Order: sequence, then structure tokens, then C-alpha cells
Amino acid sequence: MLVDGITCALIGAGLLFFWAGTAGIIRFPDTHSRLHALTKADNVGLGLLIVGLALQAPDWLTLGKLAMVWALTLVAAGTTAQLVARAAITKPAARRGPASTAAIPGDTVRSKDRAS
Amino acid sequence: MSGLAATGFDLMLCALILGAALAAIAVRDLFGAVVFFIVYGVFVALAWLRLEAIDVALTEAALGAGLTGVLMIGAVSRLERLTSRDQDQDAAGPQSPPTSSAARIATMVGAAGIGGGLAWGFITLPPSAGLQLAVAENLAASGVENPVTAVLLNFRGWDTLLESIVLLAALIALWSLARDQDWGRRPGLRQHARPGGVMATFGRLLPPFGFLLGVYLVWTGSAQPGGAFQGGTVLAAVWLLVMMAGLKAAPRVSSTRLRWALIAGPLLFIGVGLAGAVAGTFLGLPTAYAKPLILTIEAGLTLSIAATLALLVLGAPMAGDGLGPDQPDKEPAR
Repeated sequence: MLVDGITCALIGAGLLFFWAGTAGIIRFPDTHSRLHALTKADNVGLGLLIVGLALQAPDWLTLGKLAMVWALTLVAAGTTAQLVARAAITKPAARRGPASTAAIPGDTVRSKDRAS
Repeated sequence: MSGLAATGFDLMLCALILGAALAAIAVRDLFGAVVFFIVYGVFVALAWLRLEAIDVALTEAALGAGLTGVLMIGAVSRLERLTSRDQDQDAAGPQSPPTSSAARIATMVGAAGIGGGLAWGFITLPPSAGLQLAVAENLAASGVENPVTAVLLNFRGWDTLLESIVLLAALIALWSLARDQDWGRRPGLRQHARPGGVMATFGRLLPPFGFLLGVYLVWTGSAQPGGAFQGGTVLAAVWLLVMMAGLKAAPRVSSTRLRWALIAGPLLFIGVGLAGAVAGTFLGLPTAYAKPLILTIEAGLTLSIAATLALLVLGAPMAGDGLGPDQPDKEPAR
């Protein structure tokens, strides 16, 4: 019963991070702060979910698989974040046309900085 | 899951599937549409999981969402590069011909007709338990314990053989798009990973896990969900990762070793089928040798599927940025 309560609390906290991360992706102004929000959801949010679920794991095998899911997601999310962040610096307007670049003020400023 | 929670989850999943599908069609931005298509694939994989069709769920996640998604992202980015080049040359930019409302209505009527026909066909189906019982009765003779693998490689091996040949045909069609002077080059764009950078480290870290998972999926396919297509997709992803991380160059399309890897699966399959034909039935597997034969075919198929899928993602052999004859080559022909 106590374990169930802790699981609920941990998963609830994890969901809060996912919620905050999602809000950040939608509301933050430029690529880098959006990435910051996204990685918080991926790393901490998923971590809390996994720890919460681990308390319910019936055996060590399940526990190992859960740990593996978290570790692999951390590595993948960290790498992707680095690559996206680098791409945002080196070619800010590479993917989108002029219209959507204007919607990301931070990127436009950065490209001007680099040009000057 | 208990009754109410399960129903609630299923209803939510249905709503998410429909929402993602609608968004994929309605979004005007091509890249956004592809993203929603991938999200849709992940939700559909979850739905298959809820229906306890784990084999289908794995395939949908790996091929439907993952690989098809990557192919579509590749297509969109190529389209964008082509469009921006055209914009450079012509200030007016690309003008797509306006779609007439007659064409739109015709498309709608056609789609509605096909949808209605399918729905009618489904509703008028006679009630039937399907082939589940027949498969269960003959499972002992198939040489494997996973009924899906038994159907795919024994009872209906014919379909799987043709599928593997279709994949090969798709690759040949893709390669036939290469320009004559590019033939024999390495397929795909040049990769720009910095040596010692994040991508290179990722490319060293992940392949051991991916390789293990891919081989495990194939091996376990005889008794549990898994198989050559799912495992092959994972292995293709590992190979692509190694190439994208700049650790190994893509093979030249003229490489003999590559050609053998591409045809190993279908060739083995046809060989076993012909041996069966000599013994009585084409593709018939004698019960005594069924398991080793199936594992052999799966091993060959895995190699071929992994190689074919990875090369499909890489694209045709090309020079420079692969934008066709209008673009002057940035690197001199070797």
C-alpha cells in the first residue's frame, strides 16, 4: 500500500515534468530554450516514471529492462539535443523558409550576429 | 488492466490515433505532416499491442513508423533542397499548379468509394473463426512455436518470399534513378559527422546494443514475437547509424559483396523452395528439418532485409548534394 502510494507520487511528479516540458516546447521562443524544456521532460520526467514503475516490478529482469529503457533514452535524447542545438547554431534558417524563421526571433538574431 | 481503466485507455488511444491521422492530412507543412504520420504509426503500434498482436506491433513500430518515417523525412528534405535551388535560380520561386475543384471532388469521391467498398466488404463478411484453429492444429508440424512465424515461413512461405523480392525490386528501382556518371559511386549524401563529436560517440556506443537486439529478435522469432523483418530493421538502423556517425563509408553500389548480401535471403528461400519442389511441394518444409531450414532462411532474409532497407534510406548513388544534372558537381568525379 505504501509502495503504491510512492509509485503514484513519483509518476505524478514525472507527469508534471512532461507537462512542463510540453508547455516549454510550445511557449519558449527559440530552438535552444525549447530543447532545454524537451530534455527536462525526457530525462527527469521519464526517470521519475521509471523509478515509480520499478517499485512495482515483479522481478529483477523487469527492473533491468526498465533501467535499460531509461539509460538508452538518456543517451539518445542527449545526443539528439546536441545535434539539433548545433544545427540551430550553424544553419539557423536551413530547414524552413523565411516565414517560419521570422517566427523564431532568437534564431534570426543569431544568424545576423554570425553574418556581422 | 481492469475493465474500466482498460476501456478508458482504449478509447483514449482511438481518439489519439484518429487525431494524429487527421493532423497528418490537415497540416499544410510537409515536414509537420510526416511528423504526425510517425506519431500515428507509434499509436497504431500501441493499438496492435492492446490487441495482443505483438508481432504486428513490432513491425508497425519498426517499419511503419520508424523506417517509413525516415524515408519520408528524406523525401521532404530532398524536396526542400530542390525547391530552394529553384528559388535561387528563379526569383519567382516554384509554382505548383493550382488544383482544380473538379479534381478535388473526384479525389474525394474516389476515396469515399474505396472506403465505402471496404466497409461494405467487412460488414458482409460471413462470421468465421478465421484460420486460428487450423494453424494451432498444425503448429507442431511447422518446426516453430510462434504461430506467426509458422504462417510466414512455412504455411504461407510464398508470400514472404515475394515480399523479400519486392524489397529488392524497390531498391533496383531506386538505383535506376542514378545518373550514368554517378553509377558505381557510394549511395546517398556525404555525411558530415565531426570525428570525435557527439554523433561519432553515439555511433560507437549504440551499435553493440542494437546488434544484440536485432539478432535476438530474429532468434526469438521461432518461439516468441519477432522475426527477420523486425530484426532486420533494427540491424539496418544500426548500420545507418554507423555510416551517419562517419565510422564507416557506405559501400559502393558496384560491390560484389554488397550484391551477395542483398540477394542472400531470396536466393536461400528459393533454393529451399526448389529442394521442396523436388521432394514434392514447392516451398514445402519436411517436419524433421523444418526448424533448421526456417532458421537458415531467416538468417539469410535478415541479412538481405537489413542491407536493402539501409540502402533504401541512403538513396541512389549521387555526387555532391545529389540535386541532378543542373547542379555543378562540388567534388570532382573520381
